Amino acid sequence: MESLMIILVGILVSVGTYLILSRQMIRIILGTAILSHAVHLLILTVGGLKKGGVPLLSQSDGPYTDALPQALILTAIVISFATTAFLLVLAYRTYKTNGSADFHELRGMSDE
Amino acid sequence: MTVDIAIILIPFIMAAFIPIFYRQLSKRLIGWFVLVIPVSLFLLLTTYIPRVSSGQTLSNTYEWIPSFNINFTTYIDGLSLIFSLLITGVGSLVILYSIFYLSKKESLHHFYCYLLLFMGAMLGVVFSDHLMVLYAFWELTSVSSFLLIAFWHHRKASRAGARKSMTITVSGGVAMLVGFLMLYVMSGTFSIREIIANIDRISDHTLFVPALILVLLGAFTKSAQFPFHIWLPDAMEAPTPVSAYLHSATMVKAGIYLVARFTPVFGGEIVWFWAVTGVGLITLFWGSFNAVKQVDLKALLAFSTVSQLGLIMSLLGLGSVAIHLGYSSETVIYTQAAFAAIFHLVNHSTFKGALFMMVGIVDHEIGTRDIRRLGGLIRILPLTFTVALIGSFSMAGLPPFNGFLSKEMFFTATLKITELDIFSLDSMGVLIPVVAWVASIFTFVYCLIIVGQTFFGKISPDILEKNPHEAPIGMLISPFILIGFVVGIFFFPNLLGHYILQPAMASIYPTFPSTEEMTPHISAWHGLNTELYMTIGVVLIGVTLYFLLKRWKPIYRIFPQKLSFNVLYERVIGFGENFSERATKRYMTGSLTHYFIYIYMAFVIIAAGVFFMTDSFEWNTKNNAAVESFELILVFVMIFAAIAILFSNSRITTVLLNGVLGFSVAFFFVVFRAPDLALTQLVVESVTTALFLLCFKYLPDLKPEKSTKRVKFTNGVISLLVGATVSVIGLAVMNYDKFESISTYFEDAYNLAGGKNIVNTILGDFRAFDTMLEVVVLFIAGLGVYALIKLKAKKGDADIEN
Repeated sequence: MESLMIILVGILVSVGTYLILSRQMIRIILGTAILSHAVHLLILTVGGLKKGGVPLLSQSDGPYTDALPQALILTAIVISFATTAFLLVLAYRTYKTNGSADFHELRGMSDE
Repeated sequence: MTVDIAIILIPFIMAAFIPIFYRQLSKRLIGWFVLVIPVSLFLLLTTYIPRVSSGQTLSNTYEWIPSFNINFTTYIDGLSLIFSLLITGVGSLVILYSIFYLSKKESLHHFYCYLLLFMGAMLGVVFSDHLMVLYAFWELTSVSSFLLIAFWHHRKASRAGARKSMTITVSGGVAMLVGFLMLYVMSGTFSIREIIANIDRISDHTLFVPALILVLLGAFTKSAQFPFHIWLPDAMEAPTPVSAYLHSATMVKAGIYLVARFTPVFGGEIVWFWAVTGVGLITLFWGSFNAVKQVDLKALLAFSTVSQLGLIMSLLGLGSVAIHLGYSSETVIYTQAAFAAIFHLVNHSTFKGALFMMVGIVDHEIGTRDIRRLGGLIRILPLTFTVALIGSFSMAGLPPFNGFLSKEMFFTATLKITELDIFSLDSMGVLIPVVAWVASIFTFVYCLIIVGQTFFGKISPDILEKNPHEAPIGMLISPFILIGFVVGIFFFPNLLGHYILQPAMASIYPTFPSTEEMTPHISAWHGLNTELYMTIGVVLIGVTLYFLLKRWKPIYRIFPQKLSFNVLYERVIGFGENFSERATKRYMTGSLTHYFIYIYMAFVIIAAGVFFMTDSFEWNTKNNAAVESFELILVFVMIFAAIAILFSNSRITTVLLNGVLGFSVAFFFVVFRAPDLALTQLVVESVTTALFLLCFKYLPDLKPEKSTKRVKFTNGVISLLVGATVSVIGLAVMNYDKFESISTYFEDAYNLAGGKNIVNTILGDFRAFDTMLEVVVLFIAGLGVYALIKLKAKKGDADIEN
């Protein structure tokens, strides 16, 4: 399972990177969102999968799944949400101000 | 903390306080307030004279960075005492002079702040025993000199001059730093005294001569030696008190100090002898030769300073021969060259300081320094004329002024050296007195120009119209004190020689047993000897050349302007600027994509590179959990959705596919026993999708990427490399079992934090501070979102909003 998950993570990272390298803002923002999905899965996976029960003391007497990656991911989810929201609004404002959502056009250069 | 360290620190402390307190002080008071410091430091330092002249040296160590063995060791011996007396003494006079010279409208707090910074740095240079500390202070003098030259920074010439001096002196400084590091490699110590003590051990090392040359580069750039002299004339854009202080009396002598300080280390080498003597003599000649053609009085004095620095430098070179020969009763005579060097250094500070102040007065009262427009000022500025006359005649080497004594000793030293038969002196040696003599003739000519063309001849009518008058008494005090020394030293030279110069000889020749022997009895009259005939020749030929100046001045046009060192400097700087601009533009393209590519490539190369070089790849599935069929389906759904995003050109499809990814992740969280994560992910994913959809109302539809196939291919390869790197490292990490997991600690959550949900206790208790900062991030992002949406551009730049 873990190996499979890590290969999935690799694919998600590749897709996210490819989107970030594109020219349109929406694609770049999507790329960051996909990268954060990939990282969350990666953190969870390297902590070990299905090694025990749900980390709730009231549910069982152990063993429990590693709770530390879960806490880290919880923080990361919220922060990636915040940055995604901020980037979206930044894109909106940039488009409104400059009339373009393409980074090459924004740079003011026509050639590659 | 001891008094010696305080001496260095006080100017810095005051420099820090001036910007805070200058508003409370009236413009005129600030100068007097600052003046207290150098005067009291000077008086404090004079109390050291009896102890130092009796042969004592004082050293104090304050451990600064003990882990790197960098100590703040102050070391006061004869050599550093002379320099520190000059720094504080001339500093006092210059500050007194500047109080009357600078208009109250200038930003005086900047001026005095920089001046004190310089004073502290310069004292640091001469008092430091540790090479690294010395280097730091050395560069600080360059920085403060830069700030002072650019004091009138609205003028283009000031900025250019400041940059030039900074570029040249700092380049030399870096060379010197490398030299110091080589010395450290050879000797294992940064302490100058310890290096001198162990000199026998290092003098055969292969790095010895390279270190020698690098240290000399530092000294030559700082002391404006040929061909690095070009910065000094341009530095004359500084206010005249600065020129008098930094660029004639103190900072440019730091190079002399360095050479004198390192004479015991390198003095025995033939390279040292010829480099120091040769460069000094060329500088002496070139400076004096070029001074004659100058029409700006300050430029003339700048070239004259270059020339005089060359003279002192060459004397130190001549004196180094005594180190090579070793101590004996016959070789002691050669130490007199070094004695003459220090003697002339003091003399030069007195007469050149006075001359600069004289030029400042002329500029201040008449409004020009151009000798073609000046003339006949003797009637208007009689007191200033006195200063000019005494200063110039001392520089020209005439009695009864101190310059005569040191110049005679210089001639003696050049004549004595020809008697030696080492270092191929028997063939080349005869050149030394010849060059010295010719340079002295030019020196005499430009000294006559200073006095003659400024104060005699016809006075120009437009100067008379302005009704100029003699300078205020405050501006005259300092130059008169200095010319008092010029005359006083001539009549009582042995007082200076015995109490101040003699202990310095022990610093230059530590292996020689008696400083008494190395201190000649200075007297004005030696009978009719070669030196006197040389001086008489200089006077006769000099006067003739002065009166025939118009006839032979055209020879200066023989040298083509395009071949000067200034043009070379400008070419090199211009080339450097163009090259770096083109090189930078090549990779700083302004394209975000390119910058991302740099970041990703760095990641792949560094992470994957280290990974494979250390051969860390490992993959086994023995600890893996079993794969259920629905999990497999979920994985393929995600892979499909991710790849489909790449090919989607409809934004609704794209956002929905992203939603598929997000909700699949939430599903995985459920499967992997993370209920809190699943809940949060569901909420966040819903809101994010809604947010995307909301934004689509305002953003244009997705277009197919316009990039070329080649660009798409490159991006694809980079993406695959990044993904592969993450996967490969992730797979290897799975089998990393060198450390025990720390997670069991948190399973005691109920006892430690009183909660039964382990994840919650980690967030709310064990790592509560992180969670708080996470909330802060959320808050800042919220503020940013609000500001970007709500705030309109202000009136006046409304066009941004269109």
